[in-house]
Amino acid sequence: MTDAYVIAPSPAVPRARVNTGASLWVSSLVVAGRMVRKFARTPQLIVFTTVQSALFLLMFRFAFGGAIGTGGSLSYVNFLVPGFIASSILWSGMGAATGVAEDVEHGFVDRLRSLPIPRAAVLVGRSLADAALLVWALAVAAVLGFAVGFRVTGSIGDALAAFGLCLVFGFAFEWVFIVIGLVSGTARAAQSMGLLVTPLVFLSSAYVPVKSMPAGVRQFSEIQPLTPMVNAVRGLATGARGQALLDHGTSYYVGLSLAWAAAIFVVFGLLAVLRFGRR
Amino acid sequence: MQPPILEARGLMKRYGKTQALAGLDLVVSPGRVVALLGPNGAGKTTFVRAVATLLRPDAGTLYVDGIDALRKPAKVRQVVGLAGQFAAVEEAMTGRENLQMVGRLFGLGNKEARAAAVRVLDQMRLTADADRLVRTYSGGMRRRIDLGISLVGTPRLLLLDEPTAGLDPGSRIQLWDVIRSLVLAGTDILLTTQYLDEADRLASDIVIIDHGQVIAAGTPAELKSRAGDDMIEVHVRDAGHLAVVSGLLAEIGHDPRVDLPQRRAYVAVNDGSSRLMDALRALDGHGIAVEDVSLRRPTLDEVFLALTGKQAQA
Repeated sequence: MTDAYVIAPSPAVPRARVNTGASLWVSSLVVAGRMVRKFARTPQLIVFTTVQSALFLLMFRFAFGGAIGTGGSLSYVNFLVPGFIASSILWSGMGAATGVAEDVEHGFVDRLRSLPIPRAAVLVGRSLADAALLVWALAVAAVLGFAVGFRVTGSIGDALAAFGLCLVFGFAFEWVFIVIGLVSGTARAAQSMGLLVTPLVFLSSAYVPVKSMPAGVRQFSEIQPLTPMVNAVRGLATGARGQALLDHGTSYYVGLSLAWAAAIFVVFGLLAVLRFGRR
Repeated sequence: MQPPILEARGLMKRYGKTQALAGLDLVVSPGRVVALLGPNGAGKTTFVRAVATLLRPDAGTLYVDGIDALRKPAKVRQVVGLAGQFAAVEEAMTGRENLQMVGRLFGLGNKEARAAAVRVLDQMRLTADADRLVRTYSGGMRRRIDLGISLVGTPRLLLLDEPTAGLDPGSRIQLWDVIRSLVLAGTDILLTTQYLDEADRLASDIVIIDHGQVIAAGTPAELKSRAGDDMIEVHVRDAGHLAVVSGLLAEIGHDPRVDLPQRRAYVAVNDGSSRLMDALRALDGHGIAVEDVSLRRPTLDEVFLALTGKQAQA
């Protein structure tokens, strides 16, 4: 082994103070604050996502809706809107995947990781901000839903519970998209990978009754997580008429979807932490 | 006695088939500005990322300001600042907000973070643009705010990974000025660069890295006296003449070298223009037909060659 090159000292070096770094809570809030500000100050992002989901809703409500029977006494608009709101968690999650990948790509994540803060703060802050943006996205989706003629036909309490469920699902799915963002490396790749969730939305009970699907597709729809989530939200928001379309009671779907959400959160949360901690 | 600001011994890091660090040894005392110079893929960035605790070496020891970077990476993060190849700043926030945000992350209170932002804006000469969104900044201003962010916490060791890569000449000179003012203020700096002139202007010491190892180190003056000579390059018409030409050039300068497929011979000389005349006379005297003869500054590859006696591989 060769000797190391030793670079000689200069006299009288002033020493800087040591930075202790912020606590997990403070640093998570600071990281989250940055993201919320970024969102609020990028009007094209807000307008674009709102217009996109409005167009989507209008097409199903007015162009395709007439051809889709609900198989019961529930009107299509009341069938559609709960599915639309529940599936909007996936659209908003795609934005999160792109955002995470962008931060990795442009060195922002490295910058945060080089600071004296708990590394968990980067992920916790991210998910806090995503939760806030999710509330916004769900509220926008709900307002659009009411605008195209949706009316709550169950109890108001149940409808609020349905909204709360969407938040829980959204929060769980957020971690799927954080993992996609971390592994994809570039924003462009994250966007493409994010689009892989599209089949989950369309091969579910969100826009059309599962019973109308051919056998193989129907089986997939029935076992994938979004269908019980949509069924739970629809059952709560539309009361008896919505429940009449379901094979089981609403509470069955609430329980099943919460189990899914917990599983997704645990598995993908762990994957995100492992991937993030790697160095 | 203060511990070395940086002490790396036998650092190894492998990515798949690439040996990014192959037993890198380097000790830097406090109070220095060190430039890591080397071609793309030499291991510069890998080394800086190891010092910033963004990656963990496979083997070797690494101490930053006396702290074991492998065992206590969190402590190392308290004393280093990193500004990377990308301007990692939030574009939807103003320069001031970016600095305050990082100040808060460094553990400063609101008031302290505000004061730190004012100080850094002044250091970076960005006070006039402090309250504009970063997305309206020029490339050079982004690099300065990025550099500023790494200074909010007043680090003991500032890591700059190719701080001026991709900048236009004007912005590069501005950034050099800013970095030099930090140097005068006594900040220890480890910077990487592919540019000899950048290392020359900023650093007290230059460390040349290739294939994941330190291959030479010294002050710019030392390295120049070893490698800074002009080069005479002769491009012959007939490759058969190369041996003769090489012999002639050996009498004129030192370290002659032949590139057979390119039909070129080179020699390092310390009095360029008069040696060029000697070379032309000698070639003419032997009736050697040439395509081209030129006198130029050595390239980075030739610095490697002169310092190490081996060809730098691409």
